[in-house]
Amino acid sequence: MADFLLAAAGFVLATVALGLVRILRGPSEADRIMAAQLLGSGGIAALLLLAAAMSVPAAVDVALTLALLAAFVSVAFVKGFARSGADGA
Amino acid sequence: MAFDTGLVLLVLGVAVWTIVARDTFAAVVGFVAYGLLLALVWVRLAAPDVALTEAAIGSGVTGVLLLGASTRLRRTETSGAGEKPGITLRLAAGMLCALVSAGVAAIVLKFPEPAPTLAPQTAANIVATGLGNPVTAVLMAYRAIDTLLETVVLLLALVGIWSLAQDRVWGGFPGPRHHADLEGVLTFIAQLLVPVGILVGIHIFWIGSVAPGGEFQGATILAAMWILAMITGLVDAPPVSRRWLRLMLLAGPAVFLAIGLAGFAMTGAFLAYPAPYAKLLIVTIEVPVMLSIAAALALLVAGPPERRPQR
Amino acid sequence: MSFALDALTILAVSTGAFFFLAGTVGLLRFPDALSRLHALTKADNLGLGLVVLGLLLQAEGSFAALKLIGVWLLTLLAGATVTQLIARTARPGGTHE
Repeated sequence: MADFLLAAAGFVLATVALGLVRILRGPSEADRIMAAQLLGSGGIAALLLLAAAMSVPAAVDVALTLALLAAFVSVAFVKGFARSGADGA
Repeated sequence: MAFDTGLVLLVLGVAVWTIVARDTFAAVVGFVAYGLLLALVWVRLAAPDVALTEAAIGSGVTGVLLLGASTRLRRTETSGAGEKPGITLRLAAGMLCALVSAGVAAIVLKFPEPAPTLAPQTAANIVATGLGNPVTAVLMAYRAIDTLLETVVLLLALVGIWSLAQDRVWGGFPGPRHHADLEGVLTFIAQLLVPVGILVGIHIFWIGSVAPGGEFQGATILAAMWILAMITGLVDAPPVSRRWLRLMLLAGPAVFLAIGLAGFAMTGAFLAYPAPYAKLLIVTIEVPVMLSIAAALALLVAGPPERRPQR
Repeated sequence: MSFALDALTILAVSTGAFFFLAGTVGLLRFPDALSRLHALTKADNLGLGLVVLGLLLQAEGSFAALKLIGVWLLTLLAGATVTQLIARTARPGGTHE
């Protein structure tokens, strides 16, 4: 079971990697801001799977922190982009 | 093994992308992604305390700080675009980085088996501290003086940032006024996330005595929630001359120092806790320190005063 | 009994991982930022929900299970609202708050 969960975490991480390649290349700013969201959901899934696979229950707390901070960073990005993109906003 | 290799490659790839990104905004996004992935690496190395700190401050708060800097720099970026550093400077910087990396790698790879560690002594003496988490024991009992000095360093950094204000707005409100659109999405997000975040921050602080966590990670989450409330316009940043704000910033280091000096009276050594009261003293230090660090971090990101204080 | 639980976990986690893959495929193939955002949020959050479901069956103790559900709910709510925000920067008119 632990091996399977580790493999699943690796698979999710691979999809995150593929998504990151696309997002970080993406032409518009909105694409880049999505990177935080992608890592938010994919990274959290990988963390939860790692928590079970490695028997490190504290990783669930890291996932909780990641959820909060990913949302926080996304809001800051949108605000930062809005402030400088639409000058004077 | 394959998982670790893939993770390392991903982290390196994001790091390289961050450096070669043309636009500062894109580089900041890459930096945040890199930090969040590093948190995964720390969990993989079975260091959840470091993972918590990396996710919260290494990636979250520092990312927003860099974002603020990049936004302020946008106006000058286009005019300064012609002044890129020359090829020799870039080669020198690259070689210096490579040398440092090689040096660190050599040191780590040459550790004798088993690597020298103080973990057995830490575990042997932890019962006297009343704590269950060895990392917290190191931070708050064995090396408490480092933590005390760190809180003072944060205060000094804040004073440095405040001193960047122009004379006429000294003591005023940090940063621009963010207007809250009360029917809007931003306000809804803040009203949803901030209470949850405060609960999570307190939870992570409280379990720090027996599980990975502690006052620094909890304080960073609280600071992030305060910053969120400020940038969505839910609350305005307090003017830096307010007495309650300054008391809040000082409370942590002051209590820490006081208990440290009281250690002379109680046991004859600075920052020594008498055994039966160790846990109580540690918690008494941790609560104001957490509030001070949260306030200091939030104000560091808010920046120097830009608006005149009302009188 | 534990074999049935294990089998269910494997099933749920595998389906969740599949949805993550679907989300990434959407990210790679959709033409504009808004539809990519759509793929990212819907598929990834569904994948996360299935993964959490699978891990719930393996959780030890009710507090651990509650924490897992809490992480999922937080990600869901935060993701749904933040996506709205990001979409505003992506739409042709740009942002106006």
